Order: sequence, then C-alpha cells, then structure tokens
Amino acid sequence: MALLEVNNLRTVFHTNDGEVYAVNDLSFSLEKGETLGVVGESGSGKSQLVLSIIDLLASNGRMEGSIRFQGQELVGMKTGQMNRIRGNRIGMIFQDPMTCLNGYLTVERQMTEVLMHHQGISRADARKRSIEMLDAVHIPDAKNRIDRYPHEFSGGMRQRVMIAMALLCRPDLLIADEPSTALDVTVQAQIIQLMNELQQEFGMSIIMITHDLGVIAGISDNVMVMYGGRICEQAPVFELFDNPRHPYTQGLLQSVPRLDTAGDVKLHSIPGNPPNLLQLPVGCAFVDRCQKGIPVCEKQHPPLLDIDPTHRVACHLENLP
Amino acid sequence: MLRYSLKRLLGAIPTLLILMTLAFFMMRAAPGGPFDTEKSLPPEIQANLDRKYHLDEPLIQQYGRYLLDIVRGDFGPSFQYKDYSVNELIATGFPVSLRLGLSAIAIALIIGVGLGTLAALRQNSATDYSVMTLAMTGISIPNFVLAPILILIFAVFLGWLPAGGWNGGAVRNTILPIIGLALPQIAYISRLMRGSMIEVLRSNPIRTARAKGLPEHIVILRHALKPAMLPVVSFLGPATAAVITGSVVIEQIFGIPGLGRYFVQGALNRDYTLVMGVVVFYGILIILFNFIVDLVYAMLDPKVRYG
Ligand SMILES: Nc1ncnc2c1ncn2[C@@H]1O[C@H](COP(=O)(O)OP(=O)(O)OP(=O)(O)O)[C@@H](O)[C@H]1O
Ligand code: SF4
Ligand SMILES: [Mg+2]
Repeated sequence: MALLEVNNLRTVFHTNDGEVYAVNDLSFSLEKGETLGVVGESGSGKSQLVLSIIDLLASNGRMEGSIRFQGQELVGMKTGQMNRIRGNRIGMIFQDPMTCLNGYLTVERQMTEVLMHHQGISRADARKRSIEMLDAVHIPDAKNRIDRYPHEFSGGMRQRVMIAMALLCRPDLLIADEPSTALDVTVQAQIIQLMNELQQEFGMSIIMITHDLGVIAGISDNVMVMYGGRICEQAPVFELFDNPRHPYTQGLLQSVPRLDTAGDVKLHSIPGNPPNLLQLPVGCAFVDRCQKGIPVCEKQHPPLLDIDPTHRVACHLENLP
Repeated sequence: MLRYSLKRLLGAIPTLLILMTLAFFMMRAAPGGPFDTEKSLPPEIQANLDRKYHLDEPLIQQYGRYLLDIVRGDFGPSFQYKDYSVNELIATGFPVSLRLGLSAIAIALIIGVGLGTLAALRQNSATDYSVMTLAMTGISIPNFVLAPILILIFAVFLGWLPAGGWNGGAVRNTILPIIGLALPQIAYISRLMRGSMIEVLRSNPIRTARAKGLPEHIVILRHALKPAMLPVVSFLGPATAAVITGSVVIEQIFGIPGLGRYFVQGALNRDYTLVMGVVVFYGILIILFNFIVDLVYAMLDPKVRYG
C-alpha cells in the first residue's frame, strides 16, 4: 500500500467571478520513503494541491475526490480526527516560512505545543525534545535561542525553525512548499542537505514543491510537472531531465545548462499566459502556448498516458504513430 | 523603557499647556460672569467678589496666576460652591466617575472582544449579523437618547432598577449608568474585534497553527487572540476619552454626583475655576491613560520595544 494515494482530486474556489478550478482531476501516489518533486509555473495549483491534502484550503475552497493516507480517507474527515494527523503524521513547511511563524509567541511555545498536544508529554520534556530538534537543524545555541521570538531570528534560521517544527513528531510525510525560496544559495543547499539527512534518519516521504532545478535534482526521486491544475508529466527525476516528453516540460527545462551545477538554476519561463482557471479549455490547456500543437489539441483534452511503468505524459503527440 | 516613559511624559507638557490656555480663554470669552444672578448685586459687593477672586486684574495676569496655581497642583477655589476648593470637588466627584468609567470600559472590553470574536468565527451567519446590527445601532444612538430608553425599559416598565440617583453608590443604582456608558463602546469594540479577528484568522501563522493539528480553541485563544486584540488596545485611548465625555451626559441624566455633573453645573454657573479644573484634570488623565495603553501594547507585541 502506498503511503499516500490521491485519486481524481478536484479543488474549486468559489469567487465573485465564478468557480476557480485550481486542481483538476488529479491522481498520483507516493510510496514510503519516496520524495516527489512538484514543479510548475506560478498558479499551476501546486500549493492548493498540498493544502487540499492537509485540509487547509481557504474558506471559499472545496475539494472532491479521494485522498488516502496510510489507508485512511482524508476527504470529508472530521476536523478533530484530522487534527490527530496534521502536525503529527503529516508535517507541513509552508511557502514563505518568514511569515508563517507566530510573531507573538516564543519559538519554545510554538514548538512545545505540538509535542504536548500530539504526544501528551510535559512541557519540560517537550522543551528538551524541541531543543534536540533545533540542534538537528543546526541552529546554534538552541538551548537559549528557543526562548526568543521569531523576529529575533534571521530568515535562514526561521526557515530552520519551521522545518524543525514540522519534524517534531517525526511525521511519515513531510510536505514542503518552496522551503528555500528567498534564501541565498549556500543556506538553501544546507537546508536541502539537512532534509536529505533527516529523511535517511526518519525514513519519511517528502512532497517538495519548488521552482528550483537544483533542489529538484538534489532531493527528488520522482518529479511531477503541473499545468493548469493537472499533471502534464511525471517521471523519475533523471528520466525527466534526459527525456522530457511534454512540450511544457521541454520548455521548462530548456535553459538548463548542466545538472551538476546545483544551486540557483531556475526553471525557464515560457512565453504566453497560464490558462484561465475560471474557464478551462475543452482541449489541451497548454494549446495557446504550444509550438507543436496538432488539430486534435484544440478539441480534446489529452489523457494522462503511461508511456512506461514510471513515466506518465498527457499530450496528444504521444498517440501519434 | 524608563527613558521612553520620561520622554512621553515630557512630550505631553505642550499639549497640556495648549489645553489649559484654550480652557481659560474660552471660558472667559463666553458671555456672562460667575456672579450674574436674576437681580444684579450691589456694585460694592460685586467689586468685593471680583477682588477676592482676582477678577479685577487684567486678563493676562489672571492667566499667569492660573497657570502657576496649576503647576503647584492647585485649581483654586470654586466660584459656585463657595466653601470648597476645586481640588476638593474633584476629590469628591472623581471616585464616583472613576468607578462608573472603569466598570464601563472593563465591561465593554470583555463583551466587545467576546462578541467580536464570536461574530468573526461565525462569519456571515445569523449570529454575525445580529452582533453587527447591534453594533451599528449602538454606534448610531447617542447616549442622551440611549439613557432615557434604558430608564424607560428597566426602571419605568420593568421596574427592575432605579431610574436615577446615587444612593451612596449602591450597585443597583450603578447598573443602568454603566450600561449607558458601555454600550457604545461595546459596539465599537465588537466591530473592531470582528474585523481584526477575521483578518488574523486568515493569516499565515494561524494556518501554521492549524497545520500543527492544534484544536480550535487553542488556535483562537493562544494564537489569534493576542494579535487580534492589538487594534482594540489602541482603541482604548479614544474609548476612555469617549467614556469621559459620555459620563458628563450620563451623570446628568441619572443624577449621579460625579465629576461630569460638577462639570455641567460649573459650566451652567460660569464657575470658571471648576470648569477649567475639570478640563485640565481630565486632560492629564487622558494623556496618562494613553501612555498606559502604549505600555500595554508593547507588552503584547514582542516586536515593539521602547528604548
Ligand atoms: N482562496 C482562493 N480563491 C480563489 N482562487 C484561489 C484561492 N486560492 C488559490 N486560488 C487560485 O488557485 C490557483 C492555484 O494556486 P496555487 O496557490 O496552488 O498556485 P501555485 O502553483 O502554488 O503558485 P506559486 O508557485 O505562485 O505558489 C491560482 O490561480 C490561484 O489564484
Ligand atoms: S496536447 Fe497538443 S497542445 Fe497540448 S501539449 Fe501536447 S501538443 Fe501541445
Ligand atoms: Mg504556491
């Protein structure tokens, strides 16, 4: 049994302009110990996908479909029950961790409460474990700094605090939404290294959203490319880099000089605009920007095909003889 | 912290000076004098009185004398209550007003924060709409209308509470005046609290708290309440000023021997020293309270540190 199985997930936001289709009929599974990199341009639905998994959509959002985590269905689960999973078996590192810590509480309070709530241990024990975790993410002088407020930490340190907080209960799944944006390259590399170490140690699975090819190459087993709330391609990381099949993936990877230059290699941006999520096209969502389009692309949505057991592509070109 | 406090208190001196000057000249500019009665006094008595209270001196000299006295903490004798000094009148009236005012602010704070939070949590529900309607009503009804309505309902029709009087400060007598003072503030605070709570609940730190699997009451009480309260704390300064103004009306309507009532009597009788004394006293009080509010704010927000 896979750790996480997402089937036909749809996430829709109700707005004054109409329904925004952020995630559309998306399915994938994640094995224990696997790291899945998720890429795609801004607005492609990456964050809403993971927020759906931990049931933290904005109040105007709804989801349907199925999300099975360790065999348990999460869609429609009661909040009380969900609260035993969130922060405990699923840890989340948010996009922009700079603003995600609570500025009115000490780091100690924000960390110990997680352990006290999920494991029912005393504050003193929780404090000890929190300090250990801060040590593990290489925060110097954690013993004293734990009593500080978030604004007294630098950006990189705050990010480490966020990571330590997400790992406190040794989750089976860690979700990281662009955990290293806005950090300088060295810190970023350290953080990726750190997550790799922790993964070895705890054997957890990771879903890593990022714009950064260096991060993808450094940490992922598989990569999922999203476009307009759908998967357009998914493959093992080096297969995807060597043999990108979807025109969108090819465009994203265009500018990559060499993969071993880890660090600050951003995904290429493709001319044109992302699809209008208020009114998804009948055919391929990428058709307006695709240089390889064929007549059928306008009329029919390309199904996601397994071109080999680990490589999936949604493009009509795959069906050509 | 100490340096900040000192700086703040010294900074208040010009404000106070302006306030005292305005109070002095406005009182003198109003027509009529303190000893005008139906029958005019014989000129020699009038002259005697004027001399006794230094009203025969040039205005600028009176002004200087008045400032010097205040610096010494002396608001002078009352023109109307002949045997009392203004200091004594303040000492009798203020405890009464203070009790009403503090109770009103405490009640407004507790109920306003509670209702506002409730409305925010049940956004766009019937609860939310009732709270907001109540708040709109509370804000738009002036207290000289509100107080008689309260008297009509609770004293005249229901007969539960006395319509007025102080009765030595019996709790029964204080309930309606306190409600009259608190209601508009409850309205403001609950609206303010609802807005800021809604905003805080949408913020990233709250989403983090939820992602940690914390139960809702911890999310609200530990994570959301403090930041959501900050605008309310800032509002306490203006709220105090509003309660003081309100007390002038409320004490008059309910016949309560507080400082507000002395103020009205003083104004009607051109009791210069009394009116100016009360104005300056309240001015100092409001400045002090705003200062305390800022200190409380700094205590709540770890990012604010006064050097
Ligand atoms: N509360 C909401 N109401 C309406 N639309 C929303 C809401 N939240 C997100 N969306 C829309 O859903 C779409 C997907 O957003 P999402 O946050 O998943 O993008 P993303 O892939 O994470 O982008 P980025 O790389 O910029 O973080 C966007 O078009 C966004 O505008
Ligand atoms: S389906 Fe057609 S339009 Fe879409 S990516 Fe493939 S070729 Fe381009
Ligand atoms: Mg995002």
